[in-house]
Amino acid sequence: MVEIRMRVNGAEVSAELEARVSLLDALRVRLGVTGPKKGCDQGACGACTVLVDGRRILSCLALAVQYDGSEVTTIEGVDHPLQAAFVRHDGFQCGYCTPGQICSAIGMLAEHAAGAPSAATEHVAGAPALTRTEIRERMSGNLCRCGAYNGIVAAIEEVAP
Amino acid sequence: MTQAPPAAVDTAGVLGRPVDRVDGTAKTSGAVRFSTDYPYPDLAHAALVCATVARGRIISIDTAAATALPGVLAVLTHENAPTMNPPRAVTLLDLSTMAASSTVNVLNTDEVHWDGQPVAVAVATSPEAAAEAAALVRVDYQASPSAVDFDAALPDAVEQKNSMLAPAGGSKGDAERALAEAAVSVDLRFTTPGHNHNALEPHGTTAAWVGDELTVHDGTQSIEWTRRHLAHRFGVPVSNVRVIAPFVGGGFGGKARVWPGTVLAVLAARATGRPVRLLLTREAVYRTVGGRTPSVQRVALGATASGRLTALVHTSTTLTGRAGGSPEQVVSQSRHLYAAKHMLLRQSQVTLDLLPNTSMRAPGEAIGTYALEAAIDELAHRLDLDPVELRLRNEPERDPLDGKRFSHRRLRAALEVGAARFGWAGRSPDPRSMRDGRWLVGWGVAAAYHPSWQLPAALTLRLSADGSVVLRSALHEMGMGTATAQAQIVAHELGVPFESVRVEHGDSALPSGPPAGGSAQTASLAAAVLSVCAELRGAVHALARRSGSPLGRRPLAGLAARDGGLFGPDGGETYVEVLTRAGRAHLDASVGGGSRLRRFADQARFMTRLALDGRRWVRAASGAHFCEVRVDPDTGEVRVSRWVGVFDIGTVVNAKTAASQLRGGIVMGLGLALGEHTLVDPRTGRIMNANLSEYHVPVHADVPELDVSFLDDPDPTMPLGVLGAGEVGITGVGGAVANAVFHATGRRVYDLPITLDKLL
Ligand code: FES
Ligand code: FES
Repeated sequence: MVEIRMRVNGAEVSAELEARVSLLDALRVRLGVTGPKKGCDQGACGACTVLVDGRRILSCLALAVQYDGSEVTTIEGVDHPLQAAFVRHDGFQCGYCTPGQICSAIGMLAEHAAGAPSAATEHVAGAPALTRTEIRERMSGNLCRCGAYNGIVAAIEEVAP
Repeated sequence: MTQAPPAAVDTAGVLGRPVDRVDGTAKTSGAVRFSTDYPYPDLAHAALVCATVARGRIISIDTAAATALPGVLAVLTHENAPTMNPPRAVTLLDLSTMAASSTVNVLNTDEVHWDGQPVAVAVATSPEAAAEAAALVRVDYQASPSAVDFDAALPDAVEQKNSMLAPAGGSKGDAERALAEAAVSVDLRFTTPGHNHNALEPHGTTAAWVGDELTVHDGTQSIEWTRRHLAHRFGVPVSNVRVIAPFVGGGFGGKARVWPGTVLAVLAARATGRPVRLLLTREAVYRTVGGRTPSVQRVALGATASGRLTALVHTSTTLTGRAGGSPEQVVSQSRHLYAAKHMLLRQSQVTLDLLPNTSMRAPGEAIGTYALEAAIDELAHRLDLDPVELRLRNEPERDPLDGKRFSHRRLRAALEVGAARFGWAGRSPDPRSMRDGRWLVGWGVAAAYHPSWQLPAALTLRLSADGSVVLRSALHEMGMGTATAQAQIVAHELGVPFESVRVEHGDSALPSGPPAGGSAQTASLAAAVLSVCAELRGAVHALARRSGSPLGRRPLAGLAARDGGLFGPDGGETYVEVLTRAGRAHLDASVGGGSRLRRFADQARFMTRLALDGRRWVRAASGAHFCEVRVDPDTGEVRVSRWVGVFDIGTVVNAKTAASQLRGGIVMGLGLALGEHTLVDPRTGRIMNANLSEYHVPVHADVPELDVSFLDDPDPTMPLGVLGAGEVGITGVGGAVANAVFHATGRRVYDLPITLDKLL
């Protein structure tokens, strides 16, 4: 058992955990923060995406003990214009992928603002414009089986600076 | 046979308006709870152990190491699990029997019927301990000879008479002879692989017993069926079981029946006396929840030199499990789409020792339209005729197979409007004749077609003296926007603001809604909402009369529901005024009902209507897809770059959510066309790619802007004119992509998915 402390959505929390517990299960099962979803538990769907110190990560592939002392933001702690944009553009249907899509998009916008290129970027020097192609490439780790991709991209496009 | 026009005047313009979803804020803030998000004190967690032989018997099962693990509460097997009643046989006299996904009483038998059948469930105080315990269970099997290879079993296929609610085949004239004599003909063989729904939410259940009372949070598309199924399996009265499912993380048919995970969560809770949560691993979803059957299809078409169809042959072979499955209506659309003089339609099935197959979004039509529409395209190519023109030339006036009337038919308009939106006139007809730089460009077209159904539904409506309205029904919200659409219909029918209507849903404690399947939910509920609103307007009028309101002196027929009340040409009163004067806090109305007799009556009415409707006319949603692909000539990579879809789904209740449903269907169709393939090892019957890394569903980068529009023309025979939008979107997509790929490359792919190796 390991004791860890984190800030989750602004609140100090601590938990006694086995080292094998993923950050996703620590949040969902131990801390009752059920916004992040489990779609595969294998890093293949993005439903579990949360922000750790502002960066997007797949919480199912992370051990909670690695994040001792971190600042974790899940969908419950997000207050961002993207949320209203998702509603306006119908960027979801069932809503199961939505917490991950929104957290991922926030992380993605920060990566882009920091000048990070993607596989779709033509010229890696210089700041790539956030075209739809760029958005799609950068969001491709977040599956939406309901197929709300058009709405998600439109919402991100509207909110992107 | 037209329905009386709705009595309400659409003053608010709420019907059809693209209003935002009522649950939008909840879904974007993490407030929505799915079946495994519910906290319970002392919650235990379960994990499954799945069989590793396709057929046989368990000769020993060693749970000692698993049971000894710290935190493990129980390891249940057929040797120690509580007894359950075996699933009921499926009968059309009680549609809820369709909840049974197989005939196997899992964990109450030592027999194994498919590779992946659950043989044990580990229950522990943490999900990690449960998973580890499951991994430590050692099972020895005595394997029996099994048949698991679809291709090898094809010669043993037997003809299929019915596909659940519709006939499986049909014929007219002598199609084979007409084919042989046709001026131009094609005779093609297509194959499609198995598919898995892969709703992003894996099947998950939280079950809690208090004495003989059971509460189940379950990701299900059929709350009432699940409730009845569980009551039967566990031998308790139906009224003791409550199924709660206000939000489901996608279903697509995969959550319509009760699969072993649900039953085993309930069993584990019963055995341990603790609430139990079982969220299936993605792998366990593949192993224990059926998917779409693979198919082999023959489509043969004969035509005159001017492109009039003289012969249409469509036959299919699909599979089903020896322990259950559902018939797949692969040739269904071919009865209705083209005016061929001679027709032969036939479906056959092979039975294998595999997990029972089940309905997946447009079962039958999703893959049937691929083969039919690719064959039509090939015929157009051989005739040197534009493929849109060939379709228009063969657009029937009446149902081609038996001459029944169409309730309405707008396929011609869909093709014409779609062609104009897409710019189809600019297509150069020859394959490999369009390029953009190094990319080969191809344009393809295909028709979409899905039959429309209506199922019984019960609901109640309460109008309160503050003007608010609450609609209550155990309807399902898996992303279709059901609550939003029904609130719009209520607002329209009562003439009240949309914002004043609230919908309570997803709980078997509410009046029972129809199962969410067959694209039938919206129309089925609409019928009930129309009648409950009429009843409520009548109740308001009666109350007005009794309480001395001026409204009471005017006949109800001369009043319109608008502006929050009932009004005639010379004025009226609001509901608030009527209720306040009468001193009533609220007024209630209901349709359908919980009593056994009423349920039976509803069901009888449903079956009668089904039979009558089927005899009278042919009714379906339809549409036209136009697709542009780019193919890399060196690598064979296919990119879909443009899409136009025009649909006839009858009345559009909410333009925003309806468009999303159609887009969702198209996206899943892109998966079917280009990537999705459940790989079954032909030696062992084991699914080899039971995960989301090796089963390729479309991702953001695979999906271009999808230009979706509707003809928005009410069907005169459906409640409110609604035809259903959940499934028609996926039909025809495989054909449109395959046809575009042919146009780009000159290569026709007869075997889905169209992966790059098939283009090199
Ligand atoms: S649950 Fe983490 S990526 Fe799927
Ligand atoms: S909204 Fe259902 S998976 Fe994205």
